[in-house]
Amino acid sequence: MNRDELLKSLMALDFMAVDLGMFLNTNPDNTEAIAEYDRIIKAADEVRMQYEENYGPLCSFRSYAGGQWRWIDNPWPWSACANPDFEKERC
Amino acid sequence: MWIYEKKLEYPVKITKPDARMAKIIIEQYGGGDGELGASLRYLSQKYTMVTPQAQATLNDIGTEELAHLEIVGAMVHQLTRGLTEAQIKEAGLDPYYVAHGLGVYPSAASGMPFTAAYIQSKGDPITDLYEDMAAEQKARSTYEYLIDLCDDPDVLDPLRFLREREIVHFQRFGECLNKVTDYMNENRVFYMKNKSR
Repeated sequence: MNRDELLKSLMALDFMAVDLGMFLNTNPDNTEAIAEYDRIIKAADEVRMQYEENYGPLCSFRSYAGGQWRWIDNPWPWSACANPDFEKERC
Repeated sequence: MWIYEKKLEYPVKITKPDARMAKIIIEQYGGGDGELGASLRYLSQKYTMVTPQAQATLNDIGTEELAHLEIVGAMVHQLTRGLTEAQIKEAGLDPYYVAHGLGVYPSAASGMPFTAAYIQSKGDPITDLYEDMAAEQKARSTYEYLIDLCDDPDVLDPLRFLREREIVHFQRFGECLNKVTDYMNENRVFYMKNKSR
């Protein structure tokens, strides 16, 4: 996968984790949701590792530097070129 | 504490600058029902919240609102990047430009700077949760008004995502309100008058 594909996949997985985690805060006894949450975290971990190996660290003070300080490298997320193209619903 | 992750929660990839849209989308950055107010509201209220479910919900939704603040900031930034002076004047962005250039500043669409007076932290769990549910509905309405006034798919896409999150957050706060109401109604007094006399 290239950078855009990895990032797109990670964004989707992380979003599912955010949403499910929030659901579990108010529904902590839902074992089906807990299993799904763990499955997503595992999948996201794998994609995150693959992204960071190739395109630099994603997290401040959590990611390995890997011999060079790539944290300061562009692009930052607020620039258009940092973001993958999602298929948009046309109006 | 917080850890920054070098990606947006939802992608923003705007190809056409649009001063008019930037001028109104700033409402959700620093306006009364915007994302900065939302995050500060929940992250301030969490200290006096009761029940584990509601404490976690305020903490985590407050955190997600910070990610939404960054999405809205990225939208304003990409909509204003490379604007010409003529485009700025034509869209009426000149009062903003004279104060902030093309910097992203937390203000309402009217130009009113962000103020903590937009939010409340009342120290009463029921009061705070009602405020939070109202806040989610007000933000949803604002996103819908922005969507009404927008015809660029690049801009509509993240606006729709943000609108949907308001609906989910409203649901989660509603579930918290049920839990907290039950908790407040629990009888925690174990003394019983001796009626055998």
